[in-house]
Parts: sequence; C-alpha cells; structure tokens
Amino acid sequence: MTDSSDPDGDPDAGDGDGSADPAVDVAEVEHVAELARVRLAEGETAAFADQFAEILEYFEALDEVPDLDREEELVNVMRDDEVEEGLTQEEALSNAAETTDGFFTGPKVS
Amino acid sequence: MAVDYNAFITEETIEGDDEGPLAGTTVAVKDNISTAGVRTTCGSEMLADYVPPYSATVVERLTDAGATVVGKTNMDEFGMGTTTETSAFGPTRNPVDPERVPGGSSGGSAAAVAAGEADVALGSDTGGSVRCPAAFCGVVGIKPTYGLVSRYGLVAYANSLEQIGPIAGTVEAAAEALDVIAGPDPNDGTTRDPRAVDGVDVGVPEGGYAAAADGDVDGMTVGVPTELFDGADERVVGTVEAAIADLEARGAETAEISLPSVEHAVQAYYVIATSEASSNLARFDGVRYGHRADSDGNWNESFAETREAFGPEVKRRILLGTYALSAGYHDKYYRKAQDAREWVRRDFEDAFADVDVIASPTMPVLPFELGESLDDPLRMYLADANTTPVNLANLPAISVPAGEADGLPVGLQLVGPKFDEAAVIRTASAVEGR
Repeated sequence: MTDSSDPDGDPDAGDGDGSADPAVDVAEVEHVAELARVRLAEGETAAFADQFAEILEYFEALDEVPDLDREEELVNVMRDDEVEEGLTQEEALSNAAETTDGFFTGPKVS
Repeated sequence: MAVDYNAFITEETIEGDDEGPLAGTTVAVKDNISTAGVRTTCGSEMLADYVPPYSATVVERLTDAGATVVGKTNMDEFGMGTTTETSAFGPTRNPVDPERVPGGSSGGSAAAVAAGEADVALGSDTGGSVRCPAAFCGVVGIKPTYGLVSRYGLVAYANSLEQIGPIAGTVEAAAEALDVIAGPDPNDGTTRDPRAVDGVDVGVPEGGYAAAADGDVDGMTVGVPTELFDGADERVVGTVEAAIADLEARGAETAEISLPSVEHAVQAYYVIATSEASSNLARFDGVRYGHRADSDGNWNESFAETREAFGPEVKRRILLGTYALSAGYHDKYYRKAQDAREWVRRDFEDAFADVDVIASPTMPVLPFELGESLDDPLRMYLADANTTPVNLANLPAISVPAGEADGLPVGLQLVGPKFDEAAVIRTASAVEGR
C-alpha cells in the first residue's frame, strides 16, 4: 500500500462530520499513547491515526453481533497457600537493570 | 554454505536426557518460550538481553523425554504478526522461496523444520501463529485445545487465546511431540486432563496421539464451511478441494456446513487480543527485567520512554487494546467481541453435532513476498480469517500440506471438537504426502 499519511497531522481532521465513523485523529492517538504509557517515535503518531481509522472502521461490524448470554463455568484452581520452593532472591533480581540491597530499584515516583 | 534463512535468534544447545521417546530428536524452540540460562528475546529489543532463571514446562518435558534443544527461533515481536517480519532481529526467509515470508508469528520454528535445521519445533498459536507458518513453509503444525498444553514459561501476549503447539515434517512426528508436552501442570491453572473434562468422551487415544496418525478416515464426516472458502485465493481453494476429494476417495463423507459467526472472528480476535496485550505488556516497565531507558523523568515518564523500545506493531496493538478498553468504548468493542467469541464457540459446537472435523484452507492466500504487507496492518490481520475462529472457540486444529499452487505450499486446516486432537491428527495423516 502507498501510505499517504496526513503530513501535517491536523488534529481536527476527520472530526465532526456527524457520521458514526470512528474518526481517529492525531490528538486521540497521543491521548491513548499517554494512557498506555508508550512514547511514540517521530512519524508514528500520524501513521497510527490513519491505520487506526481504517482498523476501527472494520471493527464497526461488531455492532451486527447479537447480544448473547454468556455464563462461564468457573472453578477455583488456586492451590492451598503453602510455602513452596521458588526462585532465589538472586535469581529473581538477575535481570534487573538496577538493584539496591537485594531490592529492585525503580525510577523516582514523582 | 546453505542459505541463511535467519530462522534462529540464538543457536545454543540444551542437552536432553539420554533416554526417552524423543531421544536423538532435535527441537527448535520459539523465542517466547523460556529456557533457563539461554536468552529469550520474544523477537524484541525489550528482551534482547533477558536470560530466564527457569524453563517453561514444555521445555522441561521435551528434554526429560530425550530431545535436544538446538536453538531459539525467530518470531514476530511478542507473537504479533503473520509474517515474522516484525522481529527486531530481522525477517526469517521461507526455505521454499527465500523471497517470501515464512508466515508468522512462529516463522522461525516452521522455517527451521522446513530447512532441516531441527526435527521438530515448538511454536505458540494465539490467532494462527503455529498453523500459518506451517502452511506457508509446507510442514505440519498443531494448535492444541486450550488447556491441553501448559503455558507456564510462555511469555504472555493474549493468554485467553494462546497455546503452545508442535511443528514437524510429518503428522506423526508432530503428534509424538504433542504426546510429550500435553497434560496438566500445577503451574498453569488453565490446564486440564482431557480424560477428566465433563462432556468430553474422546480424550487421549490408546498409544497416545501419535497412534491416531493411522490415515483411517473411512466413515468419518468432514464438514466444509462455505464461509472459510469465500474470498480465498482460487489457487488455494483448488488445492484444498483436491485434498478434500482425496479424503472422500479414502471413505470419508463430506457435508457442506455454515458458520455465519466466523465473519466476525477477525474483528473479535483483534479486539480481545489487543486488549489482553495492553494489559500483559504493561509488565515491561524496565524495573524487574528487560530494557530500561536512560531517563531522568519520574516513574510515568521513565515507563513511557522505556516502552519506546517496542516495535511499531507492538505499539499499535497496545494502543488499540488500550483504546478498546477505555471508558466509553469498552461496551462497543470489548463486550461485543466477547459476544462474538461466544457466538463462534456455539457455531462450532452446533456443527460438531453433525460432523467429525471441519476442513478449510489454513490461509486464504499464498505466502506473501517479503515486505508486501508490512505497511498495511489491516491487510495482514485479514489473512488470519480462517485461523482466528479456532482460538476464539478454544478448539484443536492442525495445518497439513495439501499440495502446491504455483510452486508454493498450501495448507489444509482441520478443526476438531474440544480435546479431540485425535480426530484432526487422524484426518491430517490421510492427506499428507499427496
């Protein structure tokens, strides 16, 4: 496919035409990326806006699916709460970027 | 020097026991299945240096059975793709035609088997990721019933849909590997013993699944759903119809059936899979394992910068899933997708009242050329039309070579009732080598 992404990423593009189409604009992609805590690379935002519009339009057909009663048969699969052998602390920390006194070190909270 | 198909991300050996049903067998393991001491990347920058401290249950079972692991195979990043081109380690090439993709997401596993670099391989199948590359590479792939094979140690993408399954050159060899990896595991609460499931009277045949590969389809009824042939490449349809005619020649009956719900399977699959992915991949925070960005920011900023290391397809799915689950859209997308999933399940259940297995093309298309679909995600998603219904319905399925069209492999997909792996293995063994 030749991808002719909106070069300016106009945040108002495709909005407000009154139709039921799930228009996705750049601002919306940025908002969802913020919610998901995923930094997008240069150019990804505009490309995603075009692709999401197409994909969400395809998802619209789910409206035709009948409402169904769904009753899951659930059984408890939890084992008894007894201490079992697991990873050692050293093993559990072995892939961490940074540790302090046997703990994971995370980024500052605020 | 043979052509390098880039089937492996890491070539390292894990020796198996001296004895066992798989003694002397070499196994390639998809790189989202944990191997203690051998890095497990999921085809991602995010886990490029991740070395698991434990092995997946399936790896333990294979090596206990005598198999030797020869390496970790290339894959679409976190299993998200249909071509093995979204790997951070470069695309795998199809041994049948190196200018074409091997299918995905377990493309490295299928290519390793097709190229003779391993006797058997493990893949994982969330929406077709074992069957698609098996079809494109001209080998056999089994997607087990949800709950037959332990997912302990499989890095999750969409855990309500995925199963680990074997890929091999013959139906019998794939079934032998399934015999070894199947069965309940206390470390995976979703595993079941097929012999103890209410309403299931099939279970495991005497002599194991491999014994079902006897080619005896006399008296079986094969359902042929029109929906899974409509819109498929006519060269694919012709090859698959010829394989079904072979089954009839061997005494099977065919019956035209209808599965109207499957028209919504791809939509439902991508809503459910991306929703689960958006939650599952939140674990890659750069704190406990995996890549961590150099960031001076606070937790949220650092988290977002770390996750910039995901490739575009993974970001696309995390964002789509986040959107589908977000306030105001949950009922429109996620709830309707769950309704569709239930509809698909019921459609198959009704169909299996009259037929023993359901036959269709595995993939509606011939293998793509490298780069052909990479910039068109919807086109890639639509290629999963015939495989995703099976995951939504939790059923067993196999892809077996049906023949060739224009020199390229075509896969026949056979779907069976819940825990009736034996039925699809038996039927597949009747068409292989045609």
